[in-house]
Amino acid sequence: MNHADNPLLPREFRVSKIARETHDSFTMELDPAKGAKALHFASGQFNMLYAFGVGEAPISISGNPGNPRTLTHTIRVVGPVTKALHGLGIGDWVGVRGPFGTNWPVRESMGKDIVIVTGGIGLAPLRPAMYEIMENRGKFGNVVLLYGARTPNDILYEREVKKWRSQFDLHVNVTVDRAAGKWKGNVGVVTTLIPNVHFDPYQATALICGPEVMIRYTVIELRKRGVASENIFVSMERNMKCGIGHCGHCQLGPHFVCKDGPVFRYNQVKRLLDIREV
Amino acid sequence: MQTMRTYLEEHPFFEGLRDEHLELLSGCAKNIRVESDEYFIRTGKEANYFYLIRHGKAALELYHPNRGPIIVQTMHAGEVLGWSWLLPPFQWHFDVRAVEFMRLVALDGECLRTKCEEDHELGYEILKRFTHIITARLHATRIQLLDLYNG
Amino acid sequence: MKREDPPVILDSKHLGLLLESLKKSGYLTVGPTVRDGAIVIDEIDKVTQLPVGLTDTQEGGTYRLQSRKDAAFFAYNVGPHSWKKFLFPPEQRLWTLKKNGTKFQFVDIADNTTRYAFIGVRACELQAMSIQDRVFQNGHFQDSHYMNVRKNIFVVAVNCTQAGGTCFCTSMGTGPEADTGYDLALTEVITGSLHYFVVRSQSRNGAKVLEALPHKPATAAQLKTANEMIAQAEHEMGRSLKTHNLKTLLYENYEHPHWEAVASRCLTCANCTMVCPTCFCSTVEDVTDLTGENAERWRKWDSCFSQEFSYVHGGSVRVSAKSRYRQWLTHKLGTWVEQFGTSGCVGCGRCITWCPVGIDITEEVRRVTNGK
Repeated sequence: MNHADNPLLPREFRVSKIARETHDSFTMELDPAKGAKALHFASGQFNMLYAFGVGEAPISISGNPGNPRTLTHTIRVVGPVTKALHGLGIGDWVGVRGPFGTNWPVRESMGKDIVIVTGGIGLAPLRPAMYEIMENRGKFGNVVLLYGARTPNDILYEREVKKWRSQFDLHVNVTVDRAAGKWKGNVGVVTTLIPNVHFDPYQATALICGPEVMIRYTVIELRKRGVASENIFVSMERNMKCGIGHCGHCQLGPHFVCKDGPVFRYNQVKRLLDIREV
Repeated sequence: MQTMRTYLEEHPFFEGLRDEHLELLSGCAKNIRVESDEYFIRTGKEANYFYLIRHGKAALELYHPNRGPIIVQTMHAGEVLGWSWLLPPFQWHFDVRAVEFMRLVALDGECLRTKCEEDHELGYEILKRFTHIITARLHATRIQLLDLYNG
Repeated sequence: MKREDPPVILDSKHLGLLLESLKKSGYLTVGPTVRDGAIVIDEIDKVTQLPVGLTDTQEGGTYRLQSRKDAAFFAYNVGPHSWKKFLFPPEQRLWTLKKNGTKFQFVDIADNTTRYAFIGVRACELQAMSIQDRVFQNGHFQDSHYMNVRKNIFVVAVNCTQAGGTCFCTSMGTGPEADTGYDLALTEVITGSLHYFVVRSQSRNGAKVLEALPHKPATAAQLKTANEMIAQAEHEMGRSLKTHNLKTLLYENYEHPHWEAVASRCLTCANCTMVCPTCFCSTVEDVTDLTGENAERWRKWDSCFSQEFSYVHGGSVRVSAKSRYRQWLTHKLGTWVEQFGTSGCVGCGRCITWCPVGIDITEEVRRVTNGK
């Protein structure tokens, strides 16, 4: 049986580029083995990355869906697997299973405004959506990106975010939870940016990715502006191991986050977000 | 005074306030400009005013002896700044610096307090609006306390 | 292919021929046998290895074997094992990996070609197998390890003619009579000096095996006796569970105070998930050999009762015992329906019998739904 038939079997990928992002995160580019096919993916999907002998971790794809030849992952070093991945160098090999999960409804939102609200490492799974939007910029209305980070040093993709900020056809606002006096940007929670930003709430799709508490308050602010809950999409995080809805770990009520998510229409998970330890 | 009336009327903080009240408030207001990096509020100093931001950005800072000034919040056009004028001992609890050039309307605290005492209906309107802002900031602060992205 | 031939009679003394015939056809025959005071499922070569003349008494947290006055082969109910241990083994190697320089070479080892003949599968267990089929082979993704074994099994079902103290298959609509999913189904009849099986065949394989055994057509009287015995089991179920509107009732009662009461007794030992014939949760373990050149991945049964089960970096989602018990039960009887179009419970009663403190799923559901 080959890889195409067996979703449990990883494929070999080679590390082709490594870049430091923040004190605890880095971005890694992976190329398929010679002669192997590229893995086509959609924005918002994730891969299971395997470090030799240590294990697997679910990592969202943060590269451009238009360039599937290179798999880009931004990884936060938090456990044994991500630590092992961090220890790899260019030319080393990793195992990749995927891509898994649902995607951001970017194509479905053409003709509408897009409001992206994200925090921390949550920008990573939304970067592919940004690329997709930028490549079809004329097909969208207002495009807003609100991004919250812990401190100015924790901002991901700083150069890229700066470039987006300078573009006349994007509205990009970055805020941090705390900063030293020399910081020229915003300080405050990302949700406080929502009331004053310009978009048409009745013609907008909102994409949210971040900690669950952030998601909850972001939805409240968006609803206050008049965004209907069926136009709000959230990316959920649970313990994902198999990626195919067989191992049971990532259940959130009736959903397998790995297969029915990670991107959900807010309506699908609304009730569950209010129940503790669900 | 026509211009001042318009400034007040246009600021979201006073949205929906009755004409006569706007008229009363205009008597307590003046326009000010703050240059970039200038401090216009200092911890411990008398809180004589509250400010409507018309243009620019302000950083609310707490001074930490080892780490220097820490920005805890930034505020922008359309927002208001300062409620220490409301309650004794009328003292500021933080430093505020203009991050960039700012235009503000400053409302005299003592003048306002007098008007609110004389006209409780106006006082209630003002308090309602401040309660709303205090609640929102308390709420935002609580979320900040969670240190969300570090979890 | 489902087909139904007229039922026939197989004398009890010929049961051994059935085993021999299956073995001759290349099947590894597995069935009930006694070990450590319980009826478990293991390899069996001859009928004497079956729990002849034994029965079991089951209650919440209690399981005892007892002698019968006759020499019945299948006069007991389900034990701690279920057939999932063959289809979805407790520990299974998924792949191996050889390091070639720094390059990787993953080798799939979904290569188990064992052909199992399951002897003595109960109606509730047939349903359990069909439920796991939905998980592992009927969804968007297929598990080749499971399917490799599944496609080759020969199923000899046994209709229950008595119910255990913790059984509630009648109310789950899953038994006591085998309805579908078998090759041969036996009803064991003992009246006076007569001891025989009414046998139905439901597949070409089943018909072929049956054809080679000494048998004769069943009489109307024999069928009537067999049916009465099954009806007897149906009426003596030790437990029952109301399934009407259950999913909705559970969704409405996520915050019911009774979850806390169950949690105060629950040891989160995971016994219920291990004995459950439908529980499918698993984890993986990655290992390397001493040279550091070879790695393997093993899949192992896991349980939603462990705290690590829901771990995401920073902590577990389900910390309290209450939330873990609630997850298990609400999944089994509620969210399962949304996921797979069927309840995850077959009414076999194992989770009640093997719970060290006798927590009773039927009783907890009654409490949590306020008896509705």
